[in-house]
Amino acid sequence: MNVLKILALLLFLSMTQYVAGQEDDLLSLLEEEETTNYTSASFKATRVINLHSLENMAAGELDIRIHHRFGFISGGIYDLFGLDDATIRLGADYGITDQLTVGLGRSSYEKTYDGFIKYKLLRQSTGAKKMPVTMALFSSMAIKTLKPSDPNRENYFSNNLYYAFQVILGRKFSEAFTLQLSPSLVHRNLVETAAEANDVLACGIAGRIKLSKRLSLNSEYIYVLPNQLAEGYYNSFSLGIDIETGGHVFQLHFSNSTSMIEKGFIAENVGRWADGDVHFGFNISRVFNIK
Amino acid sequence: MKNLVIIALMCLAQVITAQKYFSKTGKITFYSDAAGEKIQATNTSASTVLDASTGSIEWAVLIQGFQFEKALMKDHFNENYMESSIYPKAKFKGKIDNPSAVVFSKDGTYNVNVTGQLEMHGVTKTVSVPATFTVKGGVVSAKAEFDILLQDYNIDIPKVVEDNIATKVKLDIIAEYKVMTTAT
Repeated sequence: MNVLKILALLLFLSMTQYVAGQEDDLLSLLEEEETTNYTSASFKATRVINLHSLENMAAGELDIRIHHRFGFISGGIYDLFGLDDATIRLGADYGITDQLTVGLGRSSYEKTYDGFIKYKLLRQSTGAKKMPVTMALFSSMAIKTLKPSDPNRENYFSNNLYYAFQVILGRKFSEAFTLQLSPSLVHRNLVETAAEANDVLACGIAGRIKLSKRLSLNSEYIYVLPNQLAEGYYNSFSLGIDIETGGHVFQLHFSNSTSMIEKGFIAENVGRWADGDVHFGFNISRVFNIK
Repeated sequence: MKNLVIIALMCLAQVITAQKYFSKTGKITFYSDAAGEKIQATNTSASTVLDASTGSIEWAVLIQGFQFEKALMKDHFNENYMESSIYPKAKFKGKIDNPSAVVFSKDGTYNVNVTGQLEMHGVTKTVSVPATFTVKGGVVSAKAEFDILLQDYNIDIPKVVEDNIATKVKLDIIAEYKVMTTAT
Protein backbone atom coordinates (compact mmCIF):
# COMPACT_ATOMS: atom_id res chain seq x y z
CA MET A 1 0.00 0.00 0.00
CA ASN A 2 2.79 2.30 0.96
CA VAL A 3 4.55 1.49 -2.29
CA LEU A 4 1.40 2.31 -4.20
CA LYS A 5 1.17 5.71 -2.54
CA ILE A 6 4.71 6.58 -3.51
CA LEU A 7 4.02 5.28 -6.95
CA ALA A 8 0.97 7.53 -7.30
CA LEU A 9 2.96 10.47 -6.04
CA LEU A 10 5.75 9.85 -8.50
CA LEU A 11 3.30 9.43 -11.32
CA PHE A 12 1.69 12.71 -10.38
CA LEU A 13 5.08 14.39 -10.20
CA SER A 14 6.15 13.09 -13.55
CA MET A 15 2.85 14.30 -15.01
CA THR A 16 3.32 17.82 -13.73
CA GLN A 17 6.76 17.63 -15.18
CA TYR A 18 5.31 16.68 -18.51
CA VAL A 19 2.96 19.62 -18.36
CA ALA A 20 5.84 21.93 -17.52
CA GLY A 21 7.64 20.55 -20.51
CA GLN A 22 4.85 21.74 -22.77
CA GLU A 23 5.37 25.41 -21.93
CA ASP A 24 3.55 27.60 -24.40
CA ASP A 25 6.00 30.43 -24.36
CA LEU A 26 9.50 29.03 -24.25
CA LEU A 27 11.13 32.45 -24.18
CA SER A 28 9.41 33.29 -20.92
CA LEU A 29 11.82 30.79 -19.37
CA LEU A 30 14.65 33.20 -20.08
CA GLU A 31 15.13 36.05 -17.72
CA GLU A 32 15.09 39.12 -19.82
CA GLU A 33 17.90 41.53 -19.14
CA GLU A 34 16.68 45.06 -19.42
CA THR A 35 18.60 47.11 -21.91
CA THR A 36 18.78 50.87 -22.31
CA ASN A 37 17.07 52.30 -25.36
CA TYR A 38 18.45 55.65 -26.31
CA THR A 39 15.98 57.84 -28.14
CA SER A 40 17.11 58.59 -31.65
CA ALA A 41 15.95 60.87 -34.44
CA SER A 42 14.43 63.61 -32.26
CA PHE A 43 14.99 65.85 -35.25
CA LYS A 44 15.88 65.03 -38.85
CA ALA A 45 19.03 67.16 -38.68
CA THR A 46 21.41 68.89 -36.30
CA ARG A 47 19.61 72.19 -36.92
CA VAL A 48 15.95 72.91 -36.30
CA ILE A 49 16.17 75.80 -38.76
CA ASN A 50 18.81 78.22 -37.49
CA LEU A 51 19.03 76.87 -33.95
CA HIS A 52 21.06 73.78 -33.17
CA SER A 53 18.76 70.86 -32.44
CA LEU A 54 19.09 68.02 -29.93
CA GLU A 55 20.84 65.92 -32.53
CA ASN A 56 24.57 65.38 -32.82
CA MET A 57 26.61 63.75 -35.55
CA ALA A 58 27.59 60.14 -34.87
CA ALA A 59 31.29 59.39 -34.47
CA GLY A 60 33.08 59.55 -37.80
CA GLU A 61 30.28 61.29 -39.68
CA LEU A 62 30.92 64.42 -41.67
CA ASP A 63 28.00 66.66 -42.46
CA ILE A 64 28.49 69.13 -45.29
CA ARG A 65 25.93 71.87 -44.87
CA ILE A 66 24.82 74.61 -47.21
CA HIS A 67 22.61 77.19 -45.55
CA HIS A 68 21.10 79.71 -47.90
CA ARG A 69 18.70 82.63 -47.48
CA PHE A 70 17.26 84.70 -50.29
CA GLY A 71 16.45 88.38 -49.78
CA PHE A 72 13.38 89.76 -48.06
CA ILE A 73 10.09 88.77 -49.65
CA SER A 74 9.00 92.39 -49.06
CA GLY A 75 11.28 93.35 -51.97
CA GLY A 76 8.28 92.48 -54.10
CA ILE A 77 8.28 91.75 -57.80
CA TYR A 78 11.20 94.16 -58.38
CA ASP A 79 13.51 91.81 -56.39
CA LEU A 80 11.45 88.81 -57.47
CA PHE A 81 10.38 88.41 -53.86
CA GLY A 82 13.92 88.30 -52.61
CA LEU A 83 15.31 85.84 -55.13
CA ASP A 84 17.73 88.50 -56.43
CA ASP A 85 19.69 88.48 -53.20
CA ALA A 86 21.43 85.67 -51.40
CA THR A 87 23.20 85.08 -48.15
CA ILE A 88 25.00 81.82 -47.63
CA ARG A 89 26.82 79.87 -44.95
CA LEU A 90 28.96 76.94 -46.00
CA GLY A 91 29.86 74.59 -43.22
CA ALA A 92 31.15 71.23 -42.17
CA ASP A 93 30.27 69.43 -38.95
CA TYR A 94 32.09 66.36 -37.73
CA GLY A 95 31.33 63.84 -35.00
CA ILE A 96 34.45 63.14 -32.96
CA THR A 97 32.46 60.84 -30.72
CA ASP A 98 28.74 60.11 -30.58
CA GLN A 99 28.49 62.83 -27.95
CA LEU A 100 30.94 65.42 -29.26
CA THR A 101 30.47 67.34 -32.50
CA VAL A 102 32.59 70.19 -33.81
CA GLY A 103 31.93 72.40 -36.80
CA LEU A 104 33.33 75.18 -38.93
CA GLY A 105 31.56 77.57 -41.21
CA ARG A 106 31.88 80.67 -43.29
CA SER A 107 29.04 83.11 -43.81
CA SER A 108 28.82 85.62 -46.61
CA TYR A 109 26.92 87.88 -44.21
CA GLU A 110 29.64 90.20 -42.78
CA LYS A 111 32.23 87.73 -44.14
CA THR A 112 32.19 85.80 -40.90
CA TYR A 113 34.04 82.61 -39.94
CA ASP A 114 32.63 80.56 -37.12
CA GLY A 115 33.45 77.45 -35.20
CA PHE A 116 31.44 75.53 -32.65
CA ILE A 117 31.65 72.67 -30.23
CA LYS A 118 28.60 70.77 -29.06
CA TYR A 119 28.56 68.13 -26.36
CA LYS A 120 25.63 65.88 -25.57
CA LEU A 121 25.60 65.64 -21.80
CA LEU A 122 22.37 63.70 -21.29
CA ARG A 123 20.64 61.36 -23.66
CA GLN A 124 16.92 60.65 -23.42
CA SER A 125 16.45 56.96 -22.75
CA THR A 126 14.11 54.28 -21.50
CA GLY A 127 14.77 50.81 -20.12
CA ALA A 128 17.58 50.04 -17.70
CA LYS A 129 18.74 53.65 -17.62
CA LYS A 130 15.89 56.12 -17.66
CA MET A 131 16.39 59.73 -18.68
CA PRO A 132 13.43 61.94 -19.60
CA VAL A 133 15.37 64.57 -21.54
CA THR A 134 18.31 65.14 -23.80
CA MET A 135 20.66 67.95 -22.88
CA ALA A 136 23.52 69.36 -24.91
CA LEU A 137 26.01 72.12 -24.20
CA PHE A 138 26.93 74.34 -27.09
CA SER A 139 29.56 77.00 -27.52
CA SER A 140 30.52 78.92 -30.64
CA MET A 141 32.85 81.66 -31.64
CA ALA A 142 32.68 83.90 -34.69
CA ILE A 143 35.15 86.25 -36.35
CA LYS A 144 33.85 89.01 -38.57
CA THR A 145 36.29 89.81 -41.35
CA LEU A 146 34.28 92.53 -43.04
CA LYS A 147 36.46 95.64 -43.49
CA PRO A 148 35.78 98.10 -40.66
CA SER A 149 33.20 100.78 -41.41
CA ASP A 150 35.59 103.49 -40.22
CA PRO A 151 39.20 102.67 -41.19
CA ASN A 152 40.52 105.77 -39.40
CA ARG A 153 39.38 104.52 -36.04
CA GLU A 154 41.61 102.17 -34.09
CA ASN A 155 40.21 98.75 -35.01
CA TYR A 156 41.33 96.00 -32.71
CA PHE A 157 41.11 92.42 -33.89
CA SER A 158 39.09 91.60 -30.80
CA ASN A 159 36.40 94.02 -31.98
CA ASN A 160 35.36 91.40 -34.45
CA LEU A 161 34.97 88.50 -32.06
CA TYR A 162 31.63 87.11 -30.98
CA TYR A 163 30.78 84.27 -28.64
CA ALA A 164 27.64 82.26 -28.02
CA PHE A 165 26.80 79.76 -25.31
CA GLN A 166 23.74 77.59 -25.25
CA VAL A 167 22.13 74.86 -23.24
CA ILE A 168 19.90 72.74 -25.46
CA LEU A 169 17.32 70.91 -23.42
CA GLY A 170 14.55 68.92 -24.96
CA ARG A 171 12.49 65.82 -25.24
CA LYS A 172 11.05 63.67 -27.98
CA PHE A 173 7.56 63.38 -26.54
CA SER A 174 6.30 61.01 -29.18
CA GLU A 175 7.38 59.60 -32.50
CA ALA A 176 5.98 62.75 -34.13
CA PHE A 177 6.54 65.50 -31.59
CA THR A 178 9.78 66.95 -30.21
CA LEU A 179 10.22 70.15 -28.25
CA GLN A 180 13.36 71.88 -27.04
CA LEU A 181 14.42 74.99 -25.14
CA SER A 182 17.66 76.79 -25.91
CA PRO A 183 18.63 79.29 -23.22
CA SER A 184 21.38 81.33 -24.85
CA LEU A 185 23.98 83.95 -24.10
CA VAL A 186 25.62 85.94 -26.88
CA HIS A 187 28.66 88.02 -26.10
CA ARG A 188 29.78 90.78 -28.44
CA ASN A 189 33.08 92.48 -27.79
CA LEU A 190 31.98 95.56 -29.64
CA VAL A 191 28.46 96.87 -30.19
CA GLU A 192 27.37 99.77 -32.36
CA THR A 193 25.65 101.92 -29.76
CA ALA A 194 25.58 102.19 -26.00
CA ALA A 195 21.92 101.16 -26.10
CA GLU A 196 22.94 97.64 -26.98
CA ALA A 197 24.19 95.17 -24.42
CA ASN A 198 27.47 93.36 -24.96
CA ASP A 199 25.94 90.30 -23.34
CA VAL A 200 22.56 89.33 -24.72
CA LEU A 201 20.43 86.80 -22.90
CA ALA A 202 17.79 84.97 -24.85
CA CYS A 203 15.79 81.79 -24.84
CA GLY A 204 14.88 79.82 -27.92
CA ILE A 205 11.99 77.43 -28.17
CA ALA A 206 11.87 75.03 -31.07
CA GLY A 207 9.90 72.01 -32.08
CA ARG A 208 8.91 69.70 -34.84
CA ILE A 209 5.88 67.72 -35.83
CA LYS A 210 6.41 64.81 -38.17
CA LEU A 211 3.93 64.86 -41.02
CA SER A 212 5.14 61.56 -42.44
CA LYS A 213 8.18 59.32 -42.03
CA ARG A 214 10.34 61.61 -44.14
CA LEU A 215 8.65 64.96 -43.75
CA SER A 216 8.43 67.19 -40.71
CA LEU A 217 7.17 70.66 -39.87
CA ASN A 218 9.68 72.68 -37.86
CA SER A 219 9.44 75.98 -36.06
CA GLU A 220 11.55 78.06 -33.74
CA TYR A 221 11.21 81.33 -31.87
CA ILE A 222 13.93 83.14 -29.99
CA TYR A 223 12.85 85.45 -27.23
CA VAL A 224 15.45 88.08 -26.34
CA LEU A 225 15.09 89.38 -22.81
CA PRO A 226 14.05 93.06 -22.77
CA ASN A 227 16.34 96.11 -22.77
CA GLN A 228 19.29 94.48 -24.48
CA LEU A 229 18.82 95.38 -28.12
CA ALA A 230 18.51 98.76 -29.78
CA GLU A 231 15.37 99.94 -31.53
CA GLY A 232 14.80 98.21 -34.83
CA TYR A 233 15.93 94.73 -33.84
CA TYR A 234 13.39 91.94 -33.65
CA ASN A 235 13.10 88.45 -32.28
CA SER A 236 13.72 85.61 -34.67
CA PHE A 237 10.86 83.43 -35.83
CA SER A 238 11.21 80.71 -38.43
CA LEU A 239 8.89 78.13 -39.88
CA GLY A 240 9.77 75.37 -42.30
CA ILE A 241 9.78 71.78 -43.35
CA ASP A 242 12.42 69.05 -43.36
CA ILE A 243 12.52 66.53 -46.17
CA GLU A 244 14.75 63.52 -45.63
CA THR A 245 15.86 61.36 -48.53
CA GLY A 246 18.40 58.86 -47.23
CA GLY A 247 21.74 60.68 -46.94
CA HIS A 248 20.31 64.15 -47.58
CA VAL A 249 18.10 66.38 -45.51
CA PHE A 250 16.53 69.36 -47.24
CA GLN A 251 15.22 72.04 -44.94
CA LEU A 252 13.02 74.68 -46.57
CA HIS A 253 11.83 77.60 -44.51
CA PHE A 254 10.77 81.18 -43.96
CA SER A 255 12.66 83.26 -41.42
CA ASN A 256 13.13 86.89 -40.52
CA SER A 257 16.79 86.19 -39.65
CA THR A 258 19.42 86.99 -42.24
CA SER A 259 22.43 85.62 -40.40
CA MET A 260 22.72 81.86 -39.92
CA ILE A 261 24.98 81.90 -36.88
CA GLU A 262 23.97 82.43 -33.26
CA LYS A 263 25.28 85.93 -32.68
CA GLY A 264 23.42 87.08 -35.76
CA PHE A 265 20.09 85.30 -35.64
CA ILE A 266 19.71 85.86 -31.91
CA ALA A 267 20.78 89.48 -31.60
CA GLU A 268 20.89 91.15 -35.02
CA ASN A 269 17.57 90.63 -36.76
CA VAL A 270 16.41 93.69 -38.60
CA GLY A 271 13.64 91.83 -40.38
CA ARG A 272 10.12 91.92 -39.04
CA TRP A 273 7.44 89.42 -40.02
CA ALA A 274 4.72 92.09 -39.82
CA ASP A 275 6.50 94.09 -42.52
CA GLY A 276 7.04 91.09 -44.76
CA ASP A 277 10.76 91.25 -44.03
CA VAL A 278 11.02 87.51 -44.27
CA HIS A 279 13.55 85.38 -46.13
CA PHE A 280 12.79 82.23 -48.00
CA GLY A 281 15.72 79.91 -47.48
CA PHE A 282 17.00 76.39 -47.30
CA ASN A 283 19.59 74.24 -45.58
CA ILE A 284 20.96 71.21 -47.35
CA SER A 285 22.71 68.55 -45.31
CA ARG A 286 24.70 65.73 -46.84
CA VAL A 287 26.29 63.19 -44.52
CA PHE A 288 29.48 61.32 -45.41
CA ASN A 289 31.15 58.56 -43.44
CA ILE A 290 34.87 59.20 -43.18
CA LYS A 291 35.71 56.96 -40.23
CA MET B 1 10.19 -1.89 -4.59
CA LYS B 2 11.39 -2.98 -7.99
CA ASN B 3 8.50 -1.11 -9.58
CA LEU B 4 9.43 1.99 -7.68
CA VAL B 5 12.95 1.93 -9.04
CA ILE B 6 11.66 1.52 -12.56
CA ILE B 7 9.28 4.43 -12.21
CA ALA B 8 11.97 6.58 -10.63
CA LEU B 9 14.24 5.76 -13.54
CA MET B 10 11.49 6.60 -15.99
CA CYS B 11 11.02 9.98 -14.39
CA LEU B 12 14.73 10.61 -14.56
CA ALA B 13 14.79 9.64 -18.20
CA GLN B 14 12.04 12.11 -18.80
CA VAL B 15 14.07 14.84 -17.18
CA ILE B 16 16.82 14.16 -19.64
CA THR B 17 14.66 14.03 -22.72
CA ALA B 18 12.76 17.13 -21.66
CA GLN B 19 16.06 18.96 -22.00
CA LYS B 20 15.83 22.58 -23.00
CA TYR B 21 18.52 24.67 -24.57
CA PHE B 22 18.89 28.43 -24.73
CA SER B 23 21.10 31.22 -25.97
CA LYS B 24 21.14 34.95 -25.39
CA THR B 25 23.84 35.57 -27.92
CA GLY B 26 22.07 34.39 -31.04
CA LYS B 27 23.46 36.11 -34.09
CA ILE B 28 21.17 37.48 -36.78
CA THR B 29 22.64 39.15 -39.83
CA PHE B 30 20.70 40.56 -42.72
CA TYR B 31 21.91 41.49 -46.15
CA SER B 32 20.27 43.89 -48.56
CA ASP B 33 22.01 43.65 -51.88
CA ALA B 34 20.57 46.41 -54.07
CA ALA B 35 21.94 47.77 -57.34
CA GLY B 36 23.24 50.99 -55.80
CA GLU B 37 24.17 49.96 -52.28
CA LYS B 38 24.95 46.92 -50.17
CA ILE B 39 23.70 47.09 -46.62
CA GLN B 40 24.24 44.60 -43.86
CA ALA B 41 23.53 44.68 -40.17
CA THR B 42 24.14 42.28 -37.33
CA ASN B 43 22.56 41.69 -33.97
CA THR B 44 24.48 39.43 -31.60
CA SER B 45 22.10 39.42 -28.68
CA ALA B 46 19.08 37.55 -29.93
CA SER B 47 17.36 35.27 -27.40
CA THR B 48 16.34 31.77 -28.32
CA VAL B 49 15.02 28.69 -26.54
CA LEU B 50 14.89 25.21 -27.98
CA ASP B 51 12.88 22.38 -26.46
CA ALA B 52 14.53 19.13 -27.49
CA SER B 53 11.58 16.99 -26.44
CA THR B 54 9.03 18.70 -28.67
CA GLY B 55 11.25 20.32 -31.28
CA SER B 56 9.76 23.71 -30.42
CA ILE B 57 11.99 26.66 -31.05
CA GLU B 58 11.55 30.34 -30.30
CA TRP B 59 13.51 33.48 -31.09
CA ALA B 60 13.21 37.11 -30.08
CA VAL B 61 15.41 40.01 -31.09
CA LEU B 62 15.44 43.72 -30.34
CA ILE B 63 15.28 45.74 -33.57
CA GLN B 64 17.32 48.56 -32.03
CA GLY B 65 20.14 46.11 -31.41
CA PHE B 66 21.08 45.79 -35.09
CA GLN B 67 24.45 47.38 -35.77
CA PHE B 68 25.23 48.95 -39.13
CA GLU B 69 28.33 50.25 -40.80
CA LYS B 70 26.89 53.77 -40.84
CA ALA B 71 25.00 55.50 -38.04
CA LEU B 72 22.51 57.06 -40.46
CA MET B 73 21.58 53.61 -41.78
CA LYS B 74 20.73 52.53 -38.26
CA ASP B 75 18.67 55.68 -37.67
CA HIS B 76 16.72 55.23 -40.86
CA PHE B 77 16.28 51.47 -40.30
CA ASN B 78 14.70 52.15 -36.91
CA GLU B 79 12.77 55.28 -37.77
CA ASN B 80 11.61 54.81 -41.36
CA TYR B 81 11.49 51.10 -42.04
CA MET B 82 11.14 48.96 -38.91
CA GLU B 83 9.52 51.68 -36.76
CA SER B 84 11.17 50.12 -33.75
CA SER B 85 9.60 52.51 -31.26
CA ILE B 86 6.24 50.96 -32.19
CA TYR B 87 7.45 47.43 -32.95
CA PRO B 88 10.53 46.97 -30.75
CA LYS B 89 10.97 43.22 -31.29
CA ALA B 90 10.90 40.61 -34.00
CA LYS B 91 9.85 37.12 -32.91
CA PHE B 92 9.78 33.65 -34.28
CA LYS B 93 7.80 30.79 -32.76
CA GLY B 94 8.00 27.46 -34.52
CA LYS B 95 8.73 23.79 -34.53
CA ILE B 96 11.06 21.38 -36.21
CA ASP B 97 8.86 19.65 -38.80
CA ASN B 98 10.15 16.23 -37.87
CA PRO B 99 11.59 16.54 -34.34
CA SER B 100 12.61 12.90 -34.12
CA ALA B 101 15.07 13.51 -36.97
CA VAL B 102 17.35 15.33 -34.59
CA VAL B 103 19.00 13.29 -31.85
CA PHE B 104 20.23 15.91 -29.45
CA SER B 105 22.12 13.37 -27.39
CA LYS B 106 24.18 12.17 -30.33
CA ASP B 107 26.89 13.98 -32.23
CA GLY B 108 25.98 14.75 -35.80
CA THR B 109 24.67 17.22 -38.32
CA TYR B 110 20.94 17.23 -38.85
CA ASN B 111 19.29 19.00 -41.75
CA VAL B 112 15.68 19.74 -41.00
CA ASN B 113 12.89 22.10 -41.82
CA VAL B 114 11.52 24.53 -39.27
CA THR B 115 8.03 25.97 -39.65
CA GLY B 116 6.48 28.68 -37.59
CA GLN B 117 5.25 32.21 -37.20
CA LEU B 118 7.61 35.09 -37.90
CA GLU B 119 6.43 38.37 -36.44
CA MET B 120 8.01 41.68 -37.30
CA HIS B 121 6.93 45.23 -38.01
CA GLY B 122 3.52 44.26 -36.64
CA VAL B 123 2.93 41.55 -39.24
CA THR B 124 2.89 37.82 -38.52
CA LYS B 125 3.58 35.42 -41.36
CA THR B 126 4.04 31.66 -41.51
CA VAL B 127 7.48 30.75 -42.73
CA SER B 128 9.05 27.39 -43.39
CA VAL B 129 12.80 27.39 -43.68
CA PRO B 130 15.58 24.83 -43.89
CA ALA B 131 17.80 24.75 -40.81
CA THR B 132 20.79 22.78 -39.67
CA PHE B 133 21.30 21.49 -36.15
CA THR B 134 24.76 20.38 -35.17
CA VAL B 135 25.54 18.40 -32.06
CA LYS B 136 29.20 18.16 -31.22
CA GLY B 137 30.51 17.01 -27.88
CA GLY B 138 27.10 17.66 -26.35
CA VAL B 139 26.98 21.25 -27.64
CA VAL B 140 23.96 22.02 -29.79
CA SER B 141 24.15 24.74 -32.40
CA ALA B 142 21.69 25.85 -35.04
CA LYS B 143 21.96 27.63 -38.33
CA ALA B 144 19.47 28.88 -40.86
CA GLU B 145 19.57 31.02 -43.93
CA PHE B 146 16.54 32.30 -45.80
CA ASP B 147 15.09 35.24 -47.69
CA ILE B 148 12.18 37.43 -46.76
CA LEU B 149 10.26 39.91 -48.88
CA LEU B 150 10.02 43.32 -47.22
CA GLN B 151 6.56 43.91 -48.69
CA ASP B 152 5.29 40.84 -46.82
CA TYR B 153 5.93 42.76 -43.62
CA ASN B 154 4.50 46.10 -44.81
CA ILE B 155 7.92 47.67 -45.10
CA ASP B 156 7.68 50.26 -47.86
CA ILE B 157 10.65 51.29 -49.93
CA PRO B 158 10.09 54.77 -51.33
CA LYS B 159 11.04 55.45 -54.94
CA VAL B 160 14.00 57.72 -54.08
CA VAL B 161 15.85 54.87 -52.37
CA GLU B 162 14.74 52.08 -54.72
CA ASP B 163 18.32 51.63 -55.83
CA ASN B 164 19.63 51.46 -52.29
CA ILE B 165 17.41 48.90 -50.62
CA ALA B 166 16.67 45.41 -51.92
CA THR B 167 13.08 44.21 -51.95
CA LYS B 168 14.31 40.80 -50.84
CA VAL B 169 16.53 40.60 -47.78
CA LYS B 170 18.67 37.61 -46.85
CA LEU B 171 18.73 36.53 -43.23
CA ASP B 172 21.54 34.58 -41.68
CA ILE B 173 20.87 33.08 -38.26
CA ILE B 174 23.29 31.29 -35.96
CA ALA B 175 23.03 30.19 -32.36
CA GLU B 176 25.17 28.11 -30.07
CA TYR B 177 22.91 26.70 -27.39
CA LYS B 178 23.56 26.13 -23.72
CA VAL B 179 21.72 23.63 -21.57
CA MET B 180 18.99 25.25 -19.55
CA THR B 181 19.63 24.33 -15.93
CA THR B 182 16.41 25.55 -14.39
CA ALA B 183 14.31 22.62 -13.13
CA THR B 184 11.62 21.66 -15.59
